[in-house]
Amino acid sequence: MNTEIGFFKRLNDWVNGDEDRIFPSKNEYDSPELPEPPVAKSSLPNKDILFLSSYQVIAITVVLGLVFVLLYTVYKLPLFGVADNPAVNEVVERYVEKGLEETGAVNVVAGMILDYRAFDTLGESSVLLLAITSVMMLLLRDEKNIDPEEDLITEHEAVFEDQSRDVILQNVTTILLPAIMLYGIYVILNGHLSPGGGFSGGAILGAGLILYATGFGHNRVRKFFSMKTFRALTTTALLSYGLLKSYSFLLGANHLPTHIPLGIPGAIFSSGLIFVLDICVGLIVACTMYGFYAVFSRGEI
Amino acid sequence: MNIISELINDRFMIAAVLLFGLGFMNLLLQKNLIKKIIAFNVMDSAIFLFLASQGYINGRIAPIITNGILDSEVYINPIPSGLVLTGIVVSVSVTAFFLALTVRLYGIYKTVDFDEIMLLVDKEAE
Amino acid sequence: MIIALELLLIVFLFICAIGAFLSERLLIAVVIFMSYSLVMSVIWALLQSPDLAITEAAVGAGVSGILFFITLKRIHALKGTKDE
Repeated sequence: MNTEIGFFKRLNDWVNGDEDRIFPSKNEYDSPELPEPPVAKSSLPNKDILFLSSYQVIAITVVLGLVFVLLYTVYKLPLFGVADNPAVNEVVERYVEKGLEETGAVNVVAGMILDYRAFDTLGESSVLLLAITSVMMLLLRDEKNIDPEEDLITEHEAVFEDQSRDVILQNVTTILLPAIMLYGIYVILNGHLSPGGGFSGGAILGAGLILYATGFGHNRVRKFFSMKTFRALTTTALLSYGLLKSYSFLLGANHLPTHIPLGIPGAIFSSGLIFVLDICVGLIVACTMYGFYAVFSRGEI
Repeated sequence: MNIISELINDRFMIAAVLLFGLGFMNLLLQKNLIKKIIAFNVMDSAIFLFLASQGYINGRIAPIITNGILDSEVYINPIPSGLVLTGIVVSVSVTAFFLALTVRLYGIYKTVDFDEIMLLVDKEAE
Repeated sequence: MIIALELLLIVFLFICAIGAFLSERLLIAVVIFMSYSLVMSVIWALLQSPDLAITEAAVGAGVSGILFFITLKRIHALKGTKDE
């Protein structure tokens, strides 16, 4: 019986998946050696020891105080789910009642974030582009960034990857990938008619591209999605979004109507500019998600 | 049992505040950088839960216009939902940036433990 | 009835959050974090916001988890032993 190891330690090991400690072999159980700490704690100057031991107490006190203040605020807020919430005001009435005839979108949330509040979505797309640029600055492999040992290891692993491919992953990818891409394109194009929109569809397309790159290798994806395609797609999408929506900076804040017909609500080619903007946002999100994966795993897109 | 019924009614907001506190405490106290990034994501999700639960009204349906009913008393409040949609994508961007910084830190100091990195930085500065 | 389901999901959310911070292996912490994201996606669907549910499922449990795994590979924490 394992009576020398306590119950909670065995529970902890079971959660962590360390089965060789739950069922030890017939030899005696020897504890693993802990690694030596790099600097012994007794050799630190006195103020550092004081800081290290009082830091935890101060942190817990601050967090508990913050949580109590927030809980008191929650107690004083209006109740959840009641219809006379102060957050339900005339703005909501305007968005829901006039939304269909002014934007033509059946999905009120998509019509709101791409027509009434289109600048928020422009800012969010810029944040995505900024994030992928920063990650590329940090992790792209060029002559200033290379650590020779890591580079050698990455080259070896790339050769292994190209030679030994996973049969299960490849067969499952051949079956699943067309369905995933089709579903992603469907969610983007139907953003104004059903739940979904540019963000969700773009994330699904990006995840599909990541699956293809994992299963079939980096070089197969680079045949149709290289660095030039990436640059062209993202900059064109973001610039066209900005130009289509920010003409009102120059022509006065009273939005001049675009003369794109709104169409019949419920058809795909309805709701004017929202269709085009959905496609722009979807392209940016898909390229960015694939770009994150490519820069992290290989160092180049 | 008025307090119990109030607690059950405000379940999402209380859960959001407690998750925020849990994430914040682990952000300050954990030593591993990856756990700190996970704690940051938990804080983000808790704030989104709090914000999007301000738009829910009992008994109403999702804000997609069906059967031509244009009354605003049939649908929930769609505004907080739109705000959180932007926030989720910003959250994944910030997580990706943090992870890129962690990879570069590991390349220089060969460890992801926060205390050891501080000690190595102090030794370099001397 | 729905309130009981929501309370159960919130309790599961807490268990996932606490479990992700208490485990010593980084791989298991990331997997538990992905399941936290999945339960959040179900909660969005119960709060009548289908856009948020689809986006959180695709981004939280999908792309964000993949980024964590690739980082774990780059910092050599995936060898099957405990990270030091």
